[in-house]
Amino acid sequence: MISTEPNLVLVGVNHKTTPVEIREKLAFNQVKLEASLEQLVRCPEIAENIILSTCNRVEIYARVNNADQGIQLLKDFICDYHGILRGSLDEYFYSYTDNQAVEHLFRVSASLDSMILGEAQILGQVKDAYSTARALSSTGLVLNQLFEKAFNVAKKVREETGISERGVSISSAAVELAKKIFEDLENHSVMLVGTGEMAELAAKHLITYGVKTVYVASRTYERAISLAQTLNGCALDFEAFKEELYRADIVITSTAAPNFIIHKDMVEQAIHKRKNKPIFLIDIAVPRDIAPEVNDLENVYLYDIDDLQNVVNANMEERQKEAENAMEIIQEEVTKFNNWFSTLDAIPTIIEMRNRAEEMRITEVEKTLKTLTHLSDSDQRAIHQLTQSLVNKILHKPTINLKKKTQSLDGHVYLKAIRHLFHLDD
Amino acid sequence: MDKISFNLSLLSYLMASLGYFVYLAYRKPLVATLAGWTVAFGLLCQTVTIGIRSSQTGHGPYTTSFEVALFLAWLMVVVYFLTEWKYKIKDLGAFVIPLVFVVLLFSAFLSKESALVPESEVRFWLTMHRTLSIMGYAAFSIAFAAGIMYLIQEHQVKTKKLGMMYFRMPSLEVLDDLNFKVITIGFPLFTLGFMTGSIWNTQMNLPFFSWDLTRTLPLVITWLIYCLVFFGRMTVGMRGKKAAQGAILGFITVIGTYFLHIL
Repeated sequence: MISTEPNLVLVGVNHKTTPVEIREKLAFNQVKLEASLEQLVRCPEIAENIILSTCNRVEIYARVNNADQGIQLLKDFICDYHGILRGSLDEYFYSYTDNQAVEHLFRVSASLDSMILGEAQILGQVKDAYSTARALSSTGLVLNQLFEKAFNVAKKVREETGISERGVSISSAAVELAKKIFEDLENHSVMLVGTGEMAELAAKHLITYGVKTVYVASRTYERAISLAQTLNGCALDFEAFKEELYRADIVITSTAAPNFIIHKDMVEQAIHKRKNKPIFLIDIAVPRDIAPEVNDLENVYLYDIDDLQNVVNANMEERQKEAENAMEIIQEEVTKFNNWFSTLDAIPTIIEMRNRAEEMRITEVEKTLKTLTHLSDSDQRAIHQLTQSLVNKILHKPTINLKKKTQSLDGHVYLKAIRHLFHLDD
Repeated sequence: MDKISFNLSLLSYLMASLGYFVYLAYRKPLVATLAGWTVAFGLLCQTVTIGIRSSQTGHGPYTTSFEVALFLAWLMVVVYFLTEWKYKIKDLGAFVIPLVFVVLLFSAFLSKESALVPESEVRFWLTMHRTLSIMGYAAFSIAFAAGIMYLIQEHQVKTKKLGMMYFRMPSLEVLDDLNFKVITIGFPLFTLGFMTGSIWNTQMNLPFFSWDLTRTLPLVITWLIYCLVFFGRMTVGMRGKKAAQGAILGFITVIGTYFLHIL
């Protein structure tokens, strides 16, 4: 049964408020999570609840009968469950109700509250938390609607803002550039010159995006062979790579050579041999391996480690800007959700509907009684009683059904319909 | 009636152009969808205009400068839709539809008088010549837009200044491929148009090929540019920036040729 005042509350800690030493103590693993959901749902104060536990946050979303009591209860629960004294943790907890709780969840799902703004992982974690809770029937009408909405909002933010599209690590920025040069990486090849750790990481990143052909050249041939094996590529003799350069669409250099090992004329020959098919050169060696003039050649794109770092920095700033656009979307959606949330409450609607009917009844009865002046007082009372019971009889079933229906998922549709049919919003 | 539909199509393309600009700047998918439907509506109106006019004149829209511009704008939208459908580059609209609008707006200031077309075989060759050429031009207009997009994107990647457009616009490879595909379609059409034009000349008892400074020479130059772009890629791998520049230069000559024809 829906309470007359549905209260949404949220209690939690995250990476901004709480150091990792505390967060790790409060985390719920999958087994603990299921037990906790069941324990909470048995609590008469709590109608619905979902626990979101990731390495950066532990949050409990709940619908409770009384907001203040609910918040205290959830804080106690988290502490008791993990056997920690409440007093030592109070400063770390944040708690929100209704609007703010909705906004917080939307921000979390859209990755605006993440350590790395716009990262994609959090949405999956929120979805997992929701489906776990749903499977255990610890959610109901309100949290179901809230979380489904949060997923839509996250999707909308992703699509309409650039919050997630700009890489914020060196290797993701490099992959993005490769995709802006070559589109589909599947039919493209990468050559590693030198076997530095960062180069290996970047190559692995490219492979996950579809690159199939990998060449590895190193001054120590054995290292080339072993890295080629891990990357499922083929090893090249260090001297041979210069002749083979034309085979690679993407070249990543990371040797310890003190001077440039790739010069302009070398790349010029390669590009000629490739009939001007573009080459993307990534130089992550310090000191650099590739002469900077190489970038002057047409269809050749050279990025060194600083260039990539600049791209990453600019991308971080852009994500910040996009976060502001995302907030606009979120505010809009919070308002929409609240509109729905407020119609949830069936009681005011029922009272309004009955008042409206009573008003009409009185107006009509009095109009009629004015023309029937010969009636005695008791007759007039009889007419009042008759009309009253008529109105009651007519409104009885709608009232019962409305109360029943507001507990189902499409309850708001009925409320909306009633408000519309009886002109309650005019 | 045809006047109303003409104005409606003009208005639609203007609105859609603005919509595509907004999409480019603010990335609202709904705006792009609306712009797409607006273009579709514009195309419908323009089809009505062309239909009414053709039924009145008794021939296709290719005899006067007005008709050529009207037909070109119409075909540009058709080719745009085909490209959009194949490549899914919504941002292309911000480059093509404004161009369509300008072509159509320009045509509004031209005389709406219709020219007489002789019957018989002469008519056939004239129809072939104009239709094929305009189809070629429409393809070239897409190559022009793709070329501009390529240069913007290439500049950003080359200078390492990755602005908003870097994220919005497709990859260099896709733009280069699009440039190549539309020129591969456009160039043979244009060549056939050129040849059928010569046949039409002989039908009119004119020489097969005449060195007319204002009419033939610019056409030859245009043909040579696209020939270079087309075969340059096949043989020496003239691609990327040079191909984009070629496509842009080629379309500028197309426009120049059109104006020389009007004068």
